[in-house]
Amino acid sequence: MIGLGLFNYWVVIFLMMVGFYTLIARGNLIKKIIGLNVFQTSVFILYITMGKITGGTAPIFIEGQEDVVYSNPIPHVLILTAIVVGVATSALGLSLVVRINEAFGTIEEDELEEMVQ
Amino acid sequence: MVEAVDVVLLLLLSVTALTIIRQRNLFAAVMMAGIYSLLSAGLFVVMDAVDVAFTEAAVGAGISTVLLLGTLALVGHEEREPKHRPMLPLLVVMITGGVLVYGTLDMPPFGDPANPIHHHVAPHYLEESEHEIGVPNVVTSVLASYRGYDTMGETTVIFAAVVGVLLLLARGPGPRRVLTNGRWSTVAREEESPEPQEDDDA
Amino acid sequence: MHDRVILRVGAKILIPFILLFALYVQFHGDYGPGGGFQAGVIFAAGFILYALIYGLGTAKRALPPTAVYVCSALGVLIYAGVGYLTMALGGEFLAYNVLAHDPEHGQEYGILLVELGVLITVFGAMVAIFYAFAGRRKVQP
Repeated sequence: MIGLGLFNYWVVIFLMMVGFYTLIARGNLIKKIIGLNVFQTSVFILYITMGKITGGTAPIFIEGQEDVVYSNPIPHVLILTAIVVGVATSALGLSLVVRINEAFGTIEEDELEEMVQ
Repeated sequence: MVEAVDVVLLLLLSVTALTIIRQRNLFAAVMMAGIYSLLSAGLFVVMDAVDVAFTEAAVGAGISTVLLLGTLALVGHEEREPKHRPMLPLLVVMITGGVLVYGTLDMPPFGDPANPIHHHVAPHYLEESEHEIGVPNVVTSVLASYRGYDTMGETTVIFAAVVGVLLLLARGPGPRRVLTNGRWSTVAREEESPEPQEDDDA
Repeated sequence: MHDRVILRVGAKILIPFILLFALYVQFHGDYGPGGGFQAGVIFAAGFILYALIYGLGTAKRALPPTAVYVCSALGVLIYAGVGYLTMALGGEFLAYNVLAHDPEHGQEYGILLVELGVLITVFGAMVAIFYAFAGRRKVQP
């Protein structure tokens, strides 16, 4: 794993930028929320990648074995919270999209901007 | 062997993410987002984060997909052709990506046990958890006991999300807004006969 | 519905196992991957599957929305209640050591109660959000 160097981090940054691009360049509100989800999941991958130790195993104690290297459990705890908060945010965003559609008849950002002007 | 699985999963994730941008049929985009969540759950298992993989597969590929499909049933299925040239977003994205890559040049190599992240609180949790708490799963003991306060905040955030969704969606649709002669006004909807709600379709 | 016999029979067989698996994940969260969040989501998924196959009306008769809203608040109450209980027993907020005669047993009881609170809230939240989305009628533009 050490041989991979920084390759993992760069691919994860590429994934983050793909999600970010979907978020800012596409006009459809649901596409934006999908892009936000992709962005969030890539950030989770970045954090979990930082906690991995080569030759380690999951941080669950194995009975009777002494010399086992466990991966760092702290990023796992933080990301567990972040995943659930992310789905809460998405649920709220999607209910806003539903209400916008009912009030204005469209969810395309260009049409909404023209209407509000 | 593990490196090979890691590289393959990352490549599949990149292909899936790129497909999501180009898809104009929103149903296909939601399905690709579900595939993205499942692939990232596989990557989490490779990174020894089994609890996180479990949660990501259940929440990301399960609940998030159901909510997106439920929204799609209420809103349209197709995304319109983008009108603007994507020059400015591409520029912003490339500058942000460049700055982040420049930031990672300072990071310690991936997987090294001598990384600074493994030196402060983590060894204390791994060593003390066995006799202070006695629960084999260290993630559960950190989540519920050492950092129990944060988990209480998280549970409250979930509850706040429920309250928010109920405030927005529990009542019927409001009046429709129409633009006449440059002024906004509301038009009440005509009463529809309450029909028995069929099961949710996508 | 005649053409959905396979779905209905299959769901009827699977849903008890889904709920049982959710309880398994909840209680084995101490010994393997699992815990309150995963168990709550899987438990909610069983009910969402029932609502998808048998219709929202039937699902709302089986699990009334009021019960779901109470559940989503009850979990937070249990979690904070454990904190206040430990304060009443002499420790600080959420110090599980005072819950039993022995610090290790106290930690086990504390973690059990707290994960139960998380399970109830996450289950109530997911089902409540699903009811809110699925119960909305599509309006004509």
